[in-house]
Amino acid sequence: MSSKAVSPEDEYLGEHHVYEPHRAGLPRMGPYFRELWHRKTFAFELSRTQMHAANTDTFFGQAWLVINPLLLSAVYFVLVDIISARPQPPEFFAHLTSGLFLFYFVSGAMMSGVSAVVGGGRLIMNTSFPKMLLPLSATYTAFRRFLPTMIVYAFLHALSRLPVGPHLLWAPVVLLEAMAFAFGLAMLFGTLQVYFRDTKAFLPYVVRIWLYLTPILWFADKAPGRLKQFLPFNPLFGIMGSWSEVLIEGRSPSPYLLLLGAAWSIGTLLVGGLVFMSREREFAVRI
Amino acid sequence: MSASEVPVTETDRKGPSGAPAIRVQNLDLTYRTSVEVSPTLKSAIVGLGRRRRSIREIEAVKDVSFDVPHGAVLGIIGANGAGKSTLMRAVAGILPPTKGRIEIHGRVSTLLALGVGFNAALTGRQNVVLGGLAAGLRKSDIARKYDEIAEFAELGDFMDMPMRTYSSGMYSRLAFSVAVNMDPDILLIDEAMSAGDAKFRKKAAERMKNLASNAGTMLLVSHALGTVKDMCSEAIWLHKGQLIQRGHPDDIVAAYTKFLEVGEDAIVLEDM
Repeated sequence: MSSKAVSPEDEYLGEHHVYEPHRAGLPRMGPYFRELWHRKTFAFELSRTQMHAANTDTFFGQAWLVINPLLLSAVYFVLVDIISARPQPPEFFAHLTSGLFLFYFVSGAMMSGVSAVVGGGRLIMNTSFPKMLLPLSATYTAFRRFLPTMIVYAFLHALSRLPVGPHLLWAPVVLLEAMAFAFGLAMLFGTLQVYFRDTKAFLPYVVRIWLYLTPILWFADKAPGRLKQFLPFNPLFGIMGSWSEVLIEGRSPSPYLLLLGAAWSIGTLLVGGLVFMSREREFAVRI
Repeated sequence: MSASEVPVTETDRKGPSGAPAIRVQNLDLTYRTSVEVSPTLKSAIVGLGRRRRSIREIEAVKDVSFDVPHGAVLGIIGANGAGKSTLMRAVAGILPPTKGRIEIHGRVSTLLALGVGFNAALTGRQNVVLGGLAAGLRKSDIARKYDEIAEFAELGDFMDMPMRTYSSGMYSRLAFSVAVNMDPDILLIDEAMSAGDAKFRKKAAERMKNLASNAGTMLLVSHALGTVKDMCSEAIWLHKGQLIQRGHPDDIVAAYTKFLEVGEDAIVLEDM
C-alpha cells in the first residue's frame, strides 16, 4: 500500500476503488453525491474560466448581458403594443422585462447545458468523475449571467412605482424553482445531445415557441380561451405566473401557481437527474 | 451499464498487506456505440423503417483476469482493436465492467489516448487546474504542483495561451507532465510516448523509470515493443479482447512478433 500520509479529506481521491457492474443502471447515490459535492469547485471554476474566455466578466461583457435582453424586451413591447388593439396597462413593460429575464435564465441553462457533456469530451474520456458537474456548471453560468439583469429590473421596478414589501421575499423561492427546473433541463438536453447531435440545432425553435406560449408577452389571466385549459401543461406556467404575481402584482404567489411550479421543477430535476445518471457511464463510448 | 464505486473506509485505506495494486477478475466489457460519427435525430427519423442497425454492440474485453502487484510495470501489447484502451478505461473507472470486478489500491493518474486539455479555448494553465479539480484534487494541491508541471512540460509562455494554439507535441508534453506530476500510486499510460520530440521522449522515459523505481505501479499500453521490453517488469498480450499470454516482456514480445509474422490463423488455432 502507498506510504503517503492520507488526510481525511483525501477520502475521494480514490485510494481504494472497486468497480463492479450495477444492476439498476444507476450508481450508488450516497457515494455519487458525496463525490459531486467534493468536486463542486470544478463546476464553479469551469464556469468562471469559460465566462472569462468569453469576456463576460469585463464591464462591457456584463453590460452586454443586460443590454441584450433589454433590447429584446423593447422589441417585444413595440410588437405587442402594435398588434394588440387595446393599449397595455402601465405595468406591462415591467412584467414583460422581468419575465424575459427569468425566461432567458432557464433557456440559457438549457442552451449551455445541451453542449455541456459533448463539450467535455476529452475530459470524460480521460478522467473518472461525476459527469453531473458539467450541466451543473452550465446552469451556474446561466445564473451568473442572469444576476446582473436583476439589478436592471430593480431600477425598472422602482421607476414603474411597483409595490415593495415583504411579499418580495417570495421572489427567491420562485427563483429556486426556476433554478431546479433549469438544472433538470440542462441534464436532460445534455444527455440528449450525446445521442442526437442535432438537438442543439432544434433548440432555438423550441425556445422561441415556448416563449410565445408562456405568460410573458401576455398576462396569464388574459390568455385566449382555447389556450387556457392547456396552460398548466406548460412547465413554465406556474413559475412565470408566481414570478409575475410577486414582482408585478405585489402579492404572495397563489398556492396553485407556486405548487404547480414546484411540481414541474422537482419533477424535471428528478427525471433529468435520473436520465443523466443512468446514461453517464455510456458517455465515454458515445462521444 | 453502471458501476458502483465504493469509497474507502478506514480499514480499506490501510489495505490488506500484500493486496495487489490492481486486481482484475473475469472482466467482460461490452458496450453499445453508434456506427455514425455524429448521430442525429434527423438521420434516426429518416432512417426509420429501413431496419438498418445504427447501433453496434462491441465485445471489447472477454473474461480477462490479472493482478498487478505494487511497484510492477505491466506492459499491454496487442493489435489494433484488441481491447487495450478499453481495458485501460475500465481500470481508470471511466467505463463500467459488464461482468467481473476490478479492484484498485492506490491513487490513479491517467494518461489515456486523448490526454489533457478538454477545452481548446481555455489556456494550458486553466485546463491543468480544471483537469485536476475534476480528478478530485484540491485547488491548493494543484497550485502547489503547478510550477513543477509547467516546468516539466517546457511550454514557457504557452501555458497562458489558449490550447488551440498548441502543436500536437505540446499537447502531449503537457498531458504527460500533468499525469506524472500528480504523485500517483498507479499510472495508466496509453500510447502517450508516440508524440513529442526525441528530447522530450527521452526525458519522459527517464521520469517513468524514476517513478517505477520508487515503487510506483504502472500500466503501459504501447505499440513500441522496444519501450515495453525496456520499461516493463511483466507484459500481457491481448488479442480480440482475450488475454492470450502473460509473462516476461521479452517472451511476450517475442511471441507477439512471431504472431505478427506468422499471421492470425496460426495463433487462433493454437489458442483453441
